[in-house]
Amino acid sequence: MDTPLKRTPLYDAHVKAGARMVPFGGWEMPVQYTGIIEEHRTVRRAVGLFDVSHMGEFEIAGPDALAVLQHLTSNDVAALQEGQIQYSILCYPNGTIVDDLTVYRLAPDRFMLTVNAGNIDKDWAWVNQSTEHGTKARWRNISAATGLIAVQGPKAEPLVGRLADRDLTKIGYYRFARGAVTGVPTMISRTGYTGEDGFELYVAAADTARLWAALLDAGRADGVAPIGLGARDTLRLEMKYALYGNDIDETTNALEAGLGWVVKPAKGEFIGRDALEKIRAEGVRRKLVGLEMVDKAVARHGYAVHTAGRPVGVVTSGSYGPSVDKYIAMAYVETALAAIGTALDVEIRGQAKAARVVRTPFYASRVKKTG
Amino acid sequence: MANVPTDLKYTREHEWAKQEGARVRVGITAYAQEQLGDVVFVELPKVGAKVAAHKPFGVVESVKAVSDLFAPVSGDVVEANAELPNKPETVNQDPYGRGWMIVIAPSSKGEWDQLLTAAQYEEFLTQGGQ
Repeated sequence: MDTPLKRTPLYDAHVKAGARMVPFGGWEMPVQYTGIIEEHRTVRRAVGLFDVSHMGEFEIAGPDALAVLQHLTSNDVAALQEGQIQYSILCYPNGTIVDDLTVYRLAPDRFMLTVNAGNIDKDWAWVNQSTEHGTKARWRNISAATGLIAVQGPKAEPLVGRLADRDLTKIGYYRFARGAVTGVPTMISRTGYTGEDGFELYVAAADTARLWAALLDAGRADGVAPIGLGARDTLRLEMKYALYGNDIDETTNALEAGLGWVVKPAKGEFIGRDALEKIRAEGVRRKLVGLEMVDKAVARHGYAVHTAGRPVGVVTSGSYGPSVDKYIAMAYVETALAAIGTALDVEIRGQAKAARVVRTPFYASRVKKTG
Repeated sequence: MANVPTDLKYTREHEWAKQEGARVRVGITAYAQEQLGDVVFVELPKVGAKVAAHKPFGVVESVKAVSDLFAPVSGDVVEANAELPNKPETVNQDPYGRGWMIVIAPSSKGEWDQLLTAAQYEEFLTQGGQ
């Protein structure tokens, strides 16, 4: 599969800024500009801009749109009001995960889904094949036409607020509003993937570069900087946010991944419901836990987890956590070994390195839950 | 172009080697640390360990990558930089100075002559460094 890498509307801006570009999920994306740790700290301390235009957006509209989404996703879409956002999952019939996503209620019979960049084609095929013929709802893939900039950090609200045509304090966590930012028509969404307060700004692809430049310019006094995928990964790891392809995929189910809070069987039928109900009744065999390394070593995706020489799990993500100043990881381990404080070993280059199960998030979230 | 001091020798795996009397001090090049990005972990052999030319002697890890360290020459480890496990970022800050990794007492003389000169290493980098 030697298809050429896709580029976002900000590709030229990244190259000009000296970013190191790498392949990611079929896209050519900035992994870092100045350095992953420095960028990570900029987001925790001030404010950072992320180009997440590679993510996919689908719209569904029509009288049956709600029913289609109730069938496709695990969360209860009926509970979603206009202007609200919901984290959710697309499941296979056996309860494993097609993708994780956010669902936006744009109007009573119109919704937007934001999906992972590497899954756009797979998800597009899945939602279409899972929508019955003759259904009064139409899907539209608006991924290519849509740019997306995440503005994250304690100074995100004042920065975006200076350029926005409305009072952002009125937009609560997991809510959105339509407005203009530096004159660019924008869907302003108080969401993110860092554990910091902030926004994700949906704009037309053609307007993305103008908004990016305006945010960099207006945020100079705030210490704003562009942030690459490297820091995006360490920031989300410190929050124990799952990354599709690392921590969740078509072999893991939502319950063992700790995403049971978005599985709502009481709402009625959805793809994967029966399987997940059965798993819930029987109890999960393994759980996704947070590990902190006791021995100095970096646990990485795919490394085996042992106890007393017996394999009991696998690391799904791991790195140095700059804000906790520790080597941290996420791992699936047998349910009996998932309790906080459990001592485990991670096999690193043939050696058992001590680790223990710890409370997560590793770093306290600062998202604005009220509002 | 990355900094390549002329008084050092080099490997194709991006280590530098410096002759200090009968001993050889070893580290990774400025190019190597730039490519790695922020170094967050360094694992070095203990003093007294034996290393073999062009074989891994340790590991350096950045946020994104795990990379083996290769010995430029065979011999006994007579010093290991005790500062690095606690301050791995030193490798980024001063790769040719405080970021050194180990000192080897070489067991064979011929291996030194086979290392790349600064000019050869620079040429290797201009060809992509792989």
